[in-house]
Amino acid sequence: MTVEVRIPTMMRPDAGGQATAQANGSTVAEVLEDLVLQFPRLQGKFTNEDGSLHKFVNVYVNDEDVRYLERLDTKVADGDEIAILPAVAGG
Amino acid sequence: MRHSSVLDLIGDTPLVDVSPLSPNADVRILAKLEGQNPGGSAKDRIALAMVEAAEKDGTLRPGQTLIEPSSGNTGIGLAMVCRVKGYPIRIVMPENVSPERSQLLEIFGASIIYSPGAEGSNGAVRMAQRLADDDPSLAFLYQYANDANPRAHYEGTGPEIWRDCPEVTHFVAGLGTSGTLMGVGRYLKEQNPDVQVWAVEPPAGEMVDGLRNLDDGYIPPVFEKWHGPDLLDRKLIVRPRESITWVRRLVDEVGVFAGISSGAVMAGAAKAAERIDGAGVVVTVFPDGGWKYLSSGAWTDDLDQVEDRARRINYW
Repeated sequence: MTVEVRIPTMMRPDAGGQATAQANGSTVAEVLEDLVLQFPRLQGKFTNEDGSLHKFVNVYVNDEDVRYLERLDTKVADGDEIAILPAVAGG
Repeated sequence: MRHSSVLDLIGDTPLVDVSPLSPNADVRILAKLEGQNPGGSAKDRIALAMVEAAEKDGTLRPGQTLIEPSSGNTGIGLAMVCRVKGYPIRIVMPENVSPERSQLLEIFGASIIYSPGAEGSNGAVRMAQRLADDDPSLAFLYQYANDANPRAHYEGTGPEIWRDCPEVTHFVAGLGTSGTLMGVGRYLKEQNPDVQVWAVEPPAGEMVDGLRNLDDGYIPPVFEKWHGPDLLDRKLIVRPRESITWVRRLVDEVGVFAGISSGAVMAGAAKAAERIDGAGVVVTVFPDGGWKYLSSGAWTDDLDQVEDRARRINYW
């Protein structure tokens, strides 16, 4: 599966300055791994050492936060849009 | 009806049926119009609750100056409460909020300290924390960590919704401090564990360009203390264009003049309605009315222009 990934501003310097990238995988975890293969400097930016999602990173598949789906095991399909965003406040 | 203080007008807001906008004929959608509060938003509830809790436990003394980070509505609510009760107040606010928010704060007598717009609310929180640390004479109620925030919704908004709509199956609200979602969500699930709680977030794109690394991220302590990850069933982002489209449909199709974040939660409510199999009742909270966003051109200007503006100005 090929999906488009939106990269947050703060991570773009580690992703060749790109705002979006194409990546392959059938789950969110596989897509993020493929992204790290393309941009090795992203290693460790999304996940903790135990492989879980970093506390201040939110990942969305078609605008839904994967923490409330199947987390990193959330399935992705061809043409899905994945967005990575930092956790922010409102109010 | 006669009241002794404007503060007595806070809460007990109307719930209005906006089902003509439901994409699913079997699902009704009802919206709680928090813009009917005297300071114009849901934040009046937490402003009063936080000030009264601080008066009670002694952290706020007569005449003491308050400081609070806010993208607008909490500041306005607090400024109104402080005007009535005689406390000076300083609000730390991102510089890129709608001009009406600054105007209202000034009208209620607050002084405004601007934080970098590109850091969003996270920047305002950090600056207020620093200023409060530097000057211990200031009272810092800190809405993001103050238990009186979700409690105001647990004791007020939640019971009002249950009283007016016990058939609720889904509750959809915006995620900022998480106070509304935690307070109402917990209350409704205690009444009926099958109620689904959905959170709607703004896309934190260009508005937080100033965040340079992940340590600038922020999760409100209220969200963690009230077990947000367990309480929420779904969380989704709604884009500026979608928010504006729904804010227009609200006026055009059901005559409801609501703020831009209300357009976002309405989009979330419609998504929930689409996915419900069988009958359902979605209850949502419209945090404020449209008045503070007239300058956004949301109802009048070309959609592309408004969308572009919404990417740069913090309307949440």
